[in-house]
Amino acid sequence: MRVLVTGLSTYWAGRVAQALEQRPEVEVVVGVDTRDPSLPLERTEFVRADSSYSILSRIVCAARIDTVVHSHLVVDSTQTSGRRLHEINVIGTMNLLAAAGAAGSPVRRVVLKSSALVYGSNSRDPAFFREEMTRTSPPRTAVERSLLEVEGFLRDFAEDNPHVTVTLLRFANVLGDDIETPISKALRRPVVPEILGFDPRVQFVHEDDVVGALVHAATDDVPGIYNVAGDGCQPWSEVCAIVRKRRVPLPPVLTDLAVEPLRLLRVLDLPPETLLFLRYGRVVDNSRYKRAGFVYRYTSAGAVESFAQGLRLAGTIGDKHPAYRYQREVEDFFRHSPAVVRDR
Amino acid sequence: MPATGFPGAVTDRPDAPAPDAPAGAAPLVDLTAGSPGRELVPLPRPASPPPDPGPPADPARRSDVDRWGRSERLRALTRRLYDPLYRYWFRVEWDGFEHLPREGGALIVANHAGAIPSDAPAIMHGIETQLGRPVYGLAEYLFRTMPVVGTLWSRVGGVPAHPDNAYRLLHDEQQLVLVFPEGTKGTGKHYSERYRLRRFGRGGFVEIAMRAGVPVVPLAVVGAEESMPIVFKSNRLAKLLNIPYFPVTANMLAFGPAGLVTYFPAKFRIRVLPPVHFDVPPNQERYSRSRVMDEAERIRRMVQDALYDMLRARRSIWFG
Repeated sequence: MRVLVTGLSTYWAGRVAQALEQRPEVEVVVGVDTRDPSLPLERTEFVRADSSYSILSRIVCAARIDTVVHSHLVVDSTQTSGRRLHEINVIGTMNLLAAAGAAGSPVRRVVLKSSALVYGSNSRDPAFFREEMTRTSPPRTAVERSLLEVEGFLRDFAEDNPHVTVTLLRFANVLGDDIETPISKALRRPVVPEILGFDPRVQFVHEDDVVGALVHAATDDVPGIYNVAGDGCQPWSEVCAIVRKRRVPLPPVLTDLAVEPLRLLRVLDLPPETLLFLRYGRVVDNSRYKRAGFVYRYTSAGAVESFAQGLRLAGTIGDKHPAYRYQREVEDFFRHSPAVVRDR
Repeated sequence: MPATGFPGAVTDRPDAPAPDAPAGAAPLVDLTAGSPGRELVPLPRPASPPPDPGPPADPARRSDVDRWGRSERLRALTRRLYDPLYRYWFRVEWDGFEHLPREGGALIVANHAGAIPSDAPAIMHGIETQLGRPVYGLAEYLFRTMPVVGTLWSRVGGVPAHPDNAYRLLHDEQQLVLVFPEGTKGTGKHYSERYRLRRFGRGGFVEIAMRAGVPVVPLAVVGAEESMPIVFKSNRLAKLLNIPYFPVTANMLAFGPAGLVTYFPAKFRIRVLPPVHFDVPPNQERYSRSRVMDEAERIRRMVQDALYDMLRARRSIWFG
């Protein structure tokens, strides 16, 4: 197996590359990004490149890539500007799929990391979203629109390339010690926001399960669309109770206006899709991926509890700053120098 | 638009019951004993309250709110608070209670009345206390958009009336589900139209019951119409507030603003009609439209006839 991982500097791509390195059947892992990797890697080859089509198709052909793991999608709109979000999500995916679908391309498997954000949050939603359901209201935010567009590209790609196994994973909100989302940031604050009078059913997935789900799709044949989320769901108030935080209510009307000062004062940035999530919640049916052979390590409440544990210990255990820094010469030495004795 | 166009995609419906679906609770009393003929008999008190659901299966859970947002503890509290109203205000009496299934899923279908409907709590309370089984009430999405009200409604057993929600509850979890096919057309009608059933939606309730393979149990409720009669409706205000109807009720005229939450003590009688089973295979993609419409109309007719029959026998609005 020869794997290409996009956005290697991101947390997800780094974790997936780390996990794939451990697999004996994976011969080569190639990572692409414009920035240095943030996690220590053993044998992954890093190529500093932007996501333009010509470079990607050359890498795919030169390294005889048969599996593409596209984890580099921005699902948190507070991270980047709208323009960069469009560049990374829409243009990046377009180029990648074009490279993977080029004539004579060796690619046989494509895995895309999408988000349950594509379902939205609305009062008319079903209690449990199944994969074939579509959202009940038109997308209002840039991140949702771009994800829907990306999924459309992937659907076309799957239709045009029936010989390629295409897996689309939609992840629920992630919680974990190392990942920052608008929700996890909110839960790290001394007090946690809620919308007055609303206590929606919410659902989480643990970061380890996200990595596991991506690796499962990359190494097993699981074509199709799958929701990935921990078992069960709980009200937002219970989530706050598990992390032992007091809640402060936001007004139920004109909520967008009310959070604007919080954003300007850099207290808390709650984008519109997160505000809707705090109002109506979102729960997906995770049974299809379980039937496809994936085993979760955390339930939804378990993910919250693990996050709470990390939160409790953060003050005393572990480094405040990442210990690893990528250095090209050092990495090259260990990978390619004849002086290094290799057992394999 | 179905989104599973990938070659070889897993597209099966979840046919096996959900692993965390609660099992049906045990029946409590023999209600058929000593009910001579068609006479209405007050129900005997249950031997014990509905069983406690016990601790949640997931050790990380902190509350007893289930996956539908229902809290059995809050539900029990509501039952305790509502019980005097049920017993001494509305003096609810049931007839044909034995038609309600003690196990397995069933879709309970009833007529709907009262500006702020008083029938749903009465039906849910009666079945839960006497049968010891939870009842999930399907209702308008509108509830979900209301702060506090929406959350409370969901905690005491309300579920948004989405077809997939109904299918999951009936088929996967084999629960009792209460639905009012008339919807707001039933509760928003003028007092002069009382006990005249509106259109039963688009027959969607029949289709869901067919798909889930469960019977429909029709209910005829007398009393709710008189508990909060609408004497005047303002379409303009309703449009302005974006709600289905804006009623002026007799209660408001009598009690002022307190009339919003004060019901007249009309005598409630609820007749359970024999379950309607559909002789069709479950889990079909589609059912014959004409068959669905016929069944929906037949059930509507059954409820309407039962209502006329009960009204004929009624001597007084307040004493039954």
